[in-house]
Amino acid sequence: MSSILNSYFVKTHRLEISITIIAIVLFLIYFFGATHVFTRFPIYRAFMQSMPFFGIIAISATFVVTLGEIDLSFPSIVGITSLTFGMVLTSTDGNFFISFTLATALGMFAGLINGLLVTKIGIPSIVATIGTLFFWRGLVNVISQGSGIAIVDEADGTWHHMIFVDKLFNLIPAQFIWFVVLTGLMQWVYRYHKFGNHIHFVGDNKASAQMMGIDVDRVKIIAFVQLGFFSALAGIFTMYEMLYFWPTQGSGLMLTTLAAVFVGGTSVFGGKGTVYGTFIGVLIIGSLESGIVALGLSGFYVQFINGLMITIAVTIYALIQKRKN
Amino acid sequence: MTDQLLKLENIYKDFGNVKVLKNINITINKGEVVALIGDNGAGKSTLIKVITGVHTPNSGKIFFKENEVQIKSVSQSRKMGIEAVYQERALCDQQELYRNIFAGREITNSFGFLKIKEQRKEAERILRDYIGFTSKAITVDSQVMGLSGGEKQGVAFGRSLYFNSDLIVLDEPTMGLSIQETEKVLNFVKGLKNENKSAIFIDHNIIHVYGAADRFIILDRGEVVGEFLKDQISREELVQKMIQLHESGKIKVDV
Repeated sequence: MSSILNSYFVKTHRLEISITIIAIVLFLIYFFGATHVFTRFPIYRAFMQSMPFFGIIAISATFVVTLGEIDLSFPSIVGITSLTFGMVLTSTDGNFFISFTLATALGMFAGLINGLLVTKIGIPSIVATIGTLFFWRGLVNVISQGSGIAIVDEADGTWHHMIFVDKLFNLIPAQFIWFVVLTGLMQWVYRYHKFGNHIHFVGDNKASAQMMGIDVDRVKIIAFVQLGFFSALAGIFTMYEMLYFWPTQGSGLMLTTLAAVFVGGTSVFGGKGTVYGTFIGVLIIGSLESGIVALGLSGFYVQFINGLMITIAVTIYALIQKRKN
Repeated sequence: MTDQLLKLENIYKDFGNVKVLKNINITINKGEVVALIGDNGAGKSTLIKVITGVHTPNSGKIFFKENEVQIKSVSQSRKMGIEAVYQERALCDQQELYRNIFAGREITNSFGFLKIKEQRKEAERILRDYIGFTSKAITVDSQVMGLSGGEKQGVAFGRSLYFNSDLIVLDEPTMGLSIQETEKVLNFVKGLKNENKSAIFIDHNIIHVYGAADRFIILDRGEVVGEFLKDQISREELVQKMIQLHESGKIKVDV
């Protein structure tokens, strides 16, 4: 047993192992506490349906957090890009390519602005993205004048609708498959691509990274741009599921998304993190509400237990980090 | 002249109204360790930053391997074969050793994905052949934060040797190190000569400098005020010169 605990894999994957154990314990509690619900498929289908909407953003935000930066504006980027997608789709009689291209391009543009404010102007990201959070949501309100957009006629039953949110074998929501594939891809980039490598070095120590010839500003800007892209993508997934745009779309995503990243074990100080951990973080945070209600507790417990989970998880990571040092 | 690696000619550098470097003329030969000494504010750091591309001079010429060059960025000086080793900023603490060695110059495939196996294998070779780490406690997968100051410095040296730099610039490489660690670092510096590499090195401690360098260049308020070969001057005489400079603001040059 002690040889397993001291093995190379365990030593280098303490965070990942801790988060996995936390998730397993949580799901065991669900399973034995609400057996009637958790022995049936519908609850899992509900999870798979709803988790990707914030999960995709959480995976992408892991890169920004590893830089030691934060982006608070993504809920509004979801809003403005969803609005764009809805408007273009309805006005082009359902032209998917134009709508998709414009919405994601706008998302990347919004990310670019965040990146430039942080690197070239030198505004701390937490401040800069509060500004853009209000800016983009404000723009949504001005343009939409508070009303929503239905895309039922343009999207329902189309091939693009199927690609995004259809059920595979009538069981598994397509968005969940996308989410899993993207997680794998992003984990690969995070650990094994030059870009991911640079993310780690810049987040670890900006000055050293610069001395090693890494273009710090460029790495940061790209990180914000990809988060803008994935925020747009998450918005589009939500649109296909709901077939409707509403002006507050995305605004509930902030805390769950960031909670998933931190519960997943990515350090707020930068330089260390895990995309896999974020994935598990999404499973934990995304299951709490239904899980708690299924256990027979009232909805009033949701926030309380959410808070408990986050605090316990980050405490464990802080202790692991302390022991390492 | 064939031994000449780097030559600075009439280098001037101002920061606003402050003339930091005035008419600097120095030459570094192949396989030579040159120490820059002088008080704080003498212009030592600015001078090496001109060499590593952090600052560009206002006027003057730089020759590297007998070709005139303009060094405009750190990455350009690195490509030419000039590598800086900074005590505090040499490595990133939370990343593995092998990633640190290749940071900024990763071995990748054409899609930019890292060739981890190759990097680890090369890093192992660097630890063994260039740095001489034999301790089992340090592997290529170790996080840098577990290393001592001298070990970190050793890794930075090993990296510069591996990437085949001709000139290694050392900014206070022994600052904050224990006596034993300092010894290790000075040995690295001496070892450079065996590889026919050159080094410029700044240190406040004349005893360190005297042990490791072949030649001493004394800077004062932006000017070169003295230059001595080790054969020409004893340690005590060098210390005397520095005291003399400190007290009178002048130095009796008798090269």
